[in-house]
Amino acid sequence: MKKLFLGVLTALALAAGGTFAGTLDDVKARGNLLCGVSTGAPGFATIDDSGKDVGFDVDYCRALAAAIFGDPMAVKFVGLTSAVRFTALAAGEVDILARNTTWTYSRDTDLKQTFLGVNYYDGQGFMVKKELGVKSTTELDGATVCIQVGTTTELNLADYFKENGMSYEPVPTADNAESQQQYLAGACDTYTTDASALHGTRVNLEKPDDHLVLPEIISKEPLGPLVRHGDDNWADIGRWVLNALVIAEEKGITKGNIDSWKDTKDAEIHRLLGTGDGDILAMVGLPKNAMYNAIKAGGNYGEIFENNLGATSGINIERGVNASWTKGGILYSPPFR
Amino acid sequence: MSSPTLPPSESFKFSMLLSDTRYRGMSLQVITFIIFMAVFFWLVDNTIKNLALLDKDVSFNFLWLRAGYDINQRLIPYTNDSTHGMAALVGILNTLLVAFVGCIIATILGLFVGILRLSKNWIVAKLMSAYIEGFRNVPILLWIVMVFALLTEFTPAPRAFKGAEPEATMLFFESVAITNRGTYFPAPVLAEGAYWLLLCFGLSIVAAIYFIRYANKQKKDTGKSLPTFWVSSLVIVFPTLILYFAMGQPVSLEYPYLKGFNFKDGIHLRNSFLALTLALAFYTSAFIAEIVRAGIMAVSKGQSEAAASLGLRPNKIMSLIILPQALRIIVPPLISNYLNLTKNSSLAIAVGYMDVRGTLGGITLNQTGRELESMLLLMGFYLAVSLLISSFINYFNRSFQIVVR
Repeated sequence: MKKLFLGVLTALALAAGGTFAGTLDDVKARGNLLCGVSTGAPGFATIDDSGKDVGFDVDYCRALAAAIFGDPMAVKFVGLTSAVRFTALAAGEVDILARNTTWTYSRDTDLKQTFLGVNYYDGQGFMVKKELGVKSTTELDGATVCIQVGTTTELNLADYFKENGMSYEPVPTADNAESQQQYLAGACDTYTTDASALHGTRVNLEKPDDHLVLPEIISKEPLGPLVRHGDDNWADIGRWVLNALVIAEEKGITKGNIDSWKDTKDAEIHRLLGTGDGDILAMVGLPKNAMYNAIKAGGNYGEIFENNLGATSGINIERGVNASWTKGGILYSPPFR
Repeated sequence: MSSPTLPPSESFKFSMLLSDTRYRGMSLQVITFIIFMAVFFWLVDNTIKNLALLDKDVSFNFLWLRAGYDINQRLIPYTNDSTHGMAALVGILNTLLVAFVGCIIATILGLFVGILRLSKNWIVAKLMSAYIEGFRNVPILLWIVMVFALLTEFTPAPRAFKGAEPEATMLFFESVAITNRGTYFPAPVLAEGAYWLLLCFGLSIVAAIYFIRYANKQKKDTGKSLPTFWVSSLVIVFPTLILYFAMGQPVSLEYPYLKGFNFKDGIHLRNSFLALTLALAFYTSAFIAEIVRAGIMAVSKGQSEAAASLGLRPNKIMSLIILPQALRIIVPPLISNYLNLTKNSSLAIAVGYMDVRGTLGGITLNQTGRELESMLLLMGFYLAVSLLISSFINYFNRSFQIVVR
């Protein structure tokens, strides 16, 4: 009986090999892209005063929508908590998940997801109230820590305190908003999550100067967009839209000057913007000017970063390791060839 | 009018399955069963197919993997090196703790509120009505969040207890600290010889039970009532107290004290636990109060009048005449309220209480991505607990019912 069951299962798996293979067709037929984002992470995905979705992850999805449809607004954002995001992606409720999600081995393999690359190199940090007088994470022995459930930060926290022989009391919360409320009410001494999110949260507090993001980073958190296993073409599209934005910054192509590259001698720029003779984007089923539209949507990687996380946004996160490799960072795209 | 009798020679026809009353009932049941099984198998088949599409299998091996996360409230030893199975067990115990404490508080409160609602005192009766309607008609989730908000927003942080002139002070001779992270009580510390004390206490309780039995028998035989309450209280308290001092006070209290960020030592009841338990108990007690009221009102008025004419006092009438009869009506619907409380405790995540829904159905589910398996285990757990509670109270109930000879 068990053999029969397994046999049927295998047969079904084999028969179903290509069922999810048409994500691009599904998206085109639907007329918009379904993009899973955070329910509220300042800088990454929030809703501004006019009711418009804004943020670093939001802009990536707009670029992807622009690449497919030529229209950056042809995207519907689905707010997902950290707890339901993978289920929502696996169940096909969203086409792509751009929800400051850390790329880890088990998520890549056991959860059957495909990470498209890293769009932000992050690390876990701690925020405390200045009046607490804490200057370093090593002084946090015995502290009560607010933490979002179902995140990698939860596991890092346990590892970090154990490594350093310190104790702590976790206060689990459902999302960023609840963590923030508990932290402000004093139900926890410190709030820990990705440092970028802490910076984003801090500037939105009533008195940002009363709070301090501690200097230590206790983990590697490479954040990136992801899709479910089973549709390599769709993964390629997402991956190369991200790469195109990085290459655009490297080459100096911005939202403003994108139309002035027609006479350049750089063949890669012609391939990227679709101004050359060949049409290599047909390989993945995108129009020739897809990457042109993607870059035109919100600018290159650097512009998106500045507008959502950098000085322009008020969050003031330094580029640091997230600078292009030509400027001392580790952002490095494979060649567009 | 006589019903037509079928000639016995008529042979069986297929259409008779529906037209003949002798077969119709059976064939309808068979058809319903077939439809039900078809839907059931379609659902199972659909699930298996969809899991296969996602390239996922069904496996419970994750229960033996390292969990890697910490849980704040643990009734059994657990660290982040323990397995997901252990984490689930910690959650299960936390669920049972809330359910147990919640049911006890809800029953006591419900009993009092239900009786007081029938009070002849207008203000008391109206206050109890307001209590019942207020708790019964607002969703339980809102009450849980509300109680939690009250506990965290209006209590001082542990830091407020610091300094020479602290903003907040501990209650009851520096022994109880109410903070926005929970309430800290002194914890008993058992020294050498404390087990003799426990033994003595246990024996005293047994002695008190025997005394009560004796008193009951005495009452049945002679009609005289002995002062059971006072005698049994003395029997329970005195020997233990004497032994406690005779042995040089082997049980001491460990007081909570402020160290670093938080209070250390003592018993720590977290606000998440308090909020969840209290909200569940208040909410359920409103329903229990109504059941109690219904049970009391169902006892014929003649019973209390007859008791009064025999010269019994009102409190004796309630405890000897009304309640024993009312209990027979009260206990069965009580079960469903205990079950509701237990199941409602799965709202714990709203206040960050780590029940089984929070550990197995929350963090473990997220870290391992085993949604189907975790949900099946959770459903199995709640089903098992509900059936256990039902059977326990049904057993209890049988001893209350009138024995028909």
